[in-house]
Amino acid sequence: MAKTMTKTNGMPNGARIGSRQPLKTLGRALRYALRGRNAVLFVISLFCIVLSSYASVQSMAMIEDLLIQINVQLEAAKIGLEVTYMPILGVILKMVIIFAIGVIGTFLSNRLNVVLAQSTIRDIRDTMFAKMQYLPVKYFDTHTFGETMSRFTNDVDTMQELISGSIPNIVSSLVTITVCLVEMLIKSWQLTLVVLITVFLMFFVIKGLGAKSARYFIKRQSSIGKVNGYVEEMMNGQKVVKVFCHEGKNQANFDKINEELNDNSTKANKYANIFMPIMANLTYVQYVLIAAIGAVLANNGLLIVRDATVNYSAATVALISAFLLLSRSFTRPINMVSQQFNAVVMALAGAERVFDLMDAEPETDKGYVTLVKAHMENGEIVEGKQGDWFYCWKHPHGDGTLTYTKLEGHVLLKDVDFSYDGEKQVLYDITVDAKPGTKVALIGKTGAGKTTIANLINRFYDIDDGKIRYDGININKIKKADLRKSLGVVLQEINLFTDTVMENIRYGNPEATDEEVIAAAKFVHADEFIKRLPQGYDTVLTHDGANLSQGQRQLLSIARVAVADPPAMILDEATSSIDTRTEALVQRGMDNLMKGRTVFVIAHRLSTIQNADNIMVMDGGRIVEQGNHEELLNQKGMYYSLYTGNSIK
Amino acid sequence: MIELIKKCVRQYKKSSILSPVFVSVECVFDILIPFVMTFLLEKGIKAADTQAVIMYGALLIAMSLVALLFGALSGASCSTASNGFATNIRHDMFERVQEYSFEDIDKFSSASLITRMTTDVNMVQNSYMMIIRIAIRSPLMFIFGLVMTIMVGGPLAAVFAIVIPLLVLGLVFIFKKAMPIFRKLFKKYDRLNIVVEENIRGMRVVKSSVREEKEIEKFKKASDDVYDNYTKASKIVVLSSPIMQLCMYIVVTLISWFGAQLIISTGGVALKDTQLSMIITYSTQILMSLMMFSMIYVNLTMAKASVDRILEVMHQEPSIKNPDVAVTEVKNGDIDFENVNFSYSGKGGVNCLEGVNLSIKSGETVGIIGGTGSSKTTLVQLLPRLYDVTEGSLKIGGVDVKDYDLTALRKSVAMVLQKNLLFSGSIRDNMKWGNPDATDEEIDKALKLSCADEFVYRLDGLDTHIEQGGANVSGGQRQRLCIARALMSHPKILVLDDSTSAVDTGTDQKIRQGFKEFIPSTTKIIIAQRINSVMDADKIVVMDNGKITAVGTHDQLMTESEIYREVYVSQQGGGDFDGENND
Repeated sequence: MAKTMTKTNGMPNGARIGSRQPLKTLGRALRYALRGRNAVLFVISLFCIVLSSYASVQSMAMIEDLLIQINVQLEAAKIGLEVTYMPILGVILKMVIIFAIGVIGTFLSNRLNVVLAQSTIRDIRDTMFAKMQYLPVKYFDTHTFGETMSRFTNDVDTMQELISGSIPNIVSSLVTITVCLVEMLIKSWQLTLVVLITVFLMFFVIKGLGAKSARYFIKRQSSIGKVNGYVEEMMNGQKVVKVFCHEGKNQANFDKINEELNDNSTKANKYANIFMPIMANLTYVQYVLIAAIGAVLANNGLLIVRDATVNYSAATVALISAFLLLSRSFTRPINMVSQQFNAVVMALAGAERVFDLMDAEPETDKGYVTLVKAHMENGEIVEGKQGDWFYCWKHPHGDGTLTYTKLEGHVLLKDVDFSYDGEKQVLYDITVDAKPGTKVALIGKTGAGKTTIANLINRFYDIDDGKIRYDGININKIKKADLRKSLGVVLQEINLFTDTVMENIRYGNPEATDEEVIAAAKFVHADEFIKRLPQGYDTVLTHDGANLSQGQRQLLSIARVAVADPPAMILDEATSSIDTRTEALVQRGMDNLMKGRTVFVIAHRLSTIQNADNIMVMDGGRIVEQGNHEELLNQKGMYYSLYTGNSIK
Repeated sequence: MIELIKKCVRQYKKSSILSPVFVSVECVFDILIPFVMTFLLEKGIKAADTQAVIMYGALLIAMSLVALLFGALSGASCSTASNGFATNIRHDMFERVQEYSFEDIDKFSSASLITRMTTDVNMVQNSYMMIIRIAIRSPLMFIFGLVMTIMVGGPLAAVFAIVIPLLVLGLVFIFKKAMPIFRKLFKKYDRLNIVVEENIRGMRVVKSSVREEKEIEKFKKASDDVYDNYTKASKIVVLSSPIMQLCMYIVVTLISWFGAQLIISTGGVALKDTQLSMIITYSTQILMSLMMFSMIYVNLTMAKASVDRILEVMHQEPSIKNPDVAVTEVKNGDIDFENVNFSYSGKGGVNCLEGVNLSIKSGETVGIIGGTGSSKTTLVQLLPRLYDVTEGSLKIGGVDVKDYDLTALRKSVAMVLQKNLLFSGSIRDNMKWGNPDATDEEIDKALKLSCADEFVYRLDGLDTHIEQGGANVSGGQRQRLCIARALMSHPKILVLDDSTSAVDTGTDQKIRQGFKEFIPSTTKIIIAQRINSVMDADKIVVMDNGKITAVGTHDQLMTESEIYREVYVSQQGGGDFDGENND
């Protein structure tokens, strides 16, 4: 119950407040909620709700029988007959039985609804997450972190509210309305007509108020967005604010939007707040009208009563008394449903965003070449882990034959063109041949296309034209998972997970034993600092390794690649956020790791790439110069001018 | 809560008082209506008197309309009061945070300040709304309802002596049982959110390590935990409605049974049959208000945490304050550090700066070099009193920084922070941060000096819109704009904290050249990773582990400082490919 309260802290600026296709979304949410076993649970729960509603309606309706029985006895007493409580006891016993069933019904339906709603929400969360794992990188380019995150938090919360709050409420309200209507019709069609007419009139009030309230509600939402946005911007920039002594000006700006929020929010709340008393008191007016009209009818002998065991006036009093209570049971759920309206509209917008994520196109993989363990037998490669085993590519061909190619880490790009959106080309005719065990460096200004190349090799994106081959196999034919396993990646931005150091390193290779993990850490010189952590390898890292230094975090991400032991790897600006002295430490680890592997180094610091076998200088998506350090210096081109610190004009 | 109310209700006191008054009046009518109704039934229907029916009917409708009026008035004033209250809280918090020093901001962290000003205030606003309306209404309804029942039904009211304790016990049981599970649930929620967050942020790592399936498993576990706890807690919470029903049914049954006996045995004297349904109506109101009250209680318990978090922000005394008698003019850009020690945690904490002695003459250009964690940034942040020295003294223009008026000092010491930000608005708006009265010509001059003019005028000039944080310009462009902004106030001292790291080497050099020519009397302090950026400075300070290890010119340091030499060698030919070349 408390969790859902946090969602009120406004929506991101510009977020849709209403839903595009409310009915379609609602239908889909309902279908989702009623899958499999849930459909059965729902039917049982619905049955229980009917029982519960029936009991609650009866608790009001039975007053008629009771009053009639009382009057029968009163009259009997008047004419001197003996008073018996047996008929009254009969009515009471009937009540007790109905009530018992009602309480059990409420208990069961509530419990079932909890399971129904929570399991649906769990399924939605799980499906969303699983779906997200296989979304292409492109999706994350076009959706910010906050956007994706809020689908899991705000949007799922509002959906939860819908499924566990609004929907059961509406269902049980509808059931109660129906049961009540039936009961009223049985008792008196005349009075029922009065109730229906007054309810119809109340609808106009609801509609009018609802429309006004919705208008201010939307205004308030946008004001909340503004205030939250301003607070966020200024709290994050508070240090800059201080440096420029801008406090006074900020306060004035803030007060302005704060007042605006106050204004809109007060109005929105006003409508919501006066809704309740207006509806409640209109119910009283309705109540009086029933009594008065009923009375006028009765006094003129026009009110039709079923029971003729007592005198007419006693019977009408009994009927009207019951009707007064019933009319409240009838009107209350109608109010309830109309109040839920705003919440439902909000929730459907959230549901729509959840479904949008679920509907996003996942990464496709048509690869069929897989990575297998193999060994040599009589000069031929045979699948299976025996003796001196190694990895190789298992390549089934169209004609049913199989070829095995040893995994060596030979990466070849030939005439590669690429654009992110199919329009603006960012890479032109890229040809790079990285032979096994060589080090290829990609350098150039931001936006020259270095990282893009790395992203193409591990197929975060697919190329528009040209070829990329890994050990001679077109990478489009290789299963993505296996391709990525054969490539280690160290990025500038380091991501550690909330888990032990051991598990964070093992991330690179889930099959690695503890010993292998430690060996990998030693290999890249990460072992020294890990041992000094409070619990060594069992130290739990939190908040992306917040208590480690940048250098230490990078060493862990290098160890992660070491434990995976891939024949080829990509170092994308791996040391650029580390100062030069720390870099020296990281470099030791990196040097060890690079030995004997095909390495793509993307760097802006020239010191890290001088010893590369081949340096590609990139500019505007093209390779403009290539060669080793000396060759490039002799060319006296772009590399030379940057190396000597003179920028090219 | 009371403290916060006292502090922030202010001009909304009137509405805050009116709301409960109005709601009380509404309550009185709410309670009287069923009572008057019995007259209509008794005198109107039973006596078959249409005249009476019309009279009582009119009276009842009038009463309903009065109740409606007061109810609506109460709703309106409640909304004015609670929103105004929240607005004042936000105002006060924002104001207080504006006075914070860096140290205070660090203590809370921006993220936490944001939640406090949004979610927590919201929570308190909702509670306040409850306090001045529903929290008044439900006990009143409870008491009035009970009084009426006793008045009319006499001994029948004894039923409540059985039912109310039952309901209270039930609610207490639910509260006691569910609360600990909810607390556990919040932790499970955090875990769930962490997994999502780490997976979105680390998406590339997950994909390149081919860990999708393992992560899905991990998420499933977290999600199952949430499910288990949520279901467990909810199953307890939803017990409240069958318990409530049970109580209601017990009341109805008992009142029916004993009421019937009472009516019949006294021949309708002690209790009239028309009053029976009225008593049942009151019973509903009594039990409902009890239920409401328990909800308010739960809500207030949860709001208390928010109140505490808000008060914490308001109570935090700014650790750096203006002196009473302040020097309002900074004479020149001389800087003197004397035996300065500094620790983020105050005296006795781990010193980040130790024994710093440094003298800088007005107009000098000083470079600072050192690895991450060597406290370069800490050193320069002492200049505009973003932090205060823990021990020793710092003088600017011959006067201790603590004696200056803060605004005057910070206007004279312009600082370009390492993690710098632009704010949403035009480039002109951003530039005016440095000097609100600046003309376009002045802005133009500053942009030229920071080499930002060429790209600014390729965009929409000074009207170019900047997005929050400066997200729509590149890193190098942002840095140049931030430098220009700092130049706007014509500072005596200009500090660049690693402010040209994304600017290409050539432009970097051009900027420094400009400084020399156009602002010769300003003291320039440049923190840099690249030796290139500081090589031609009058003085270079080498820092290591919070201490100054060497001071001198490039040539002196090449012979004297091992650290300096090491850095220099590692950057040999240290051009930087990543610089953005006049983009």
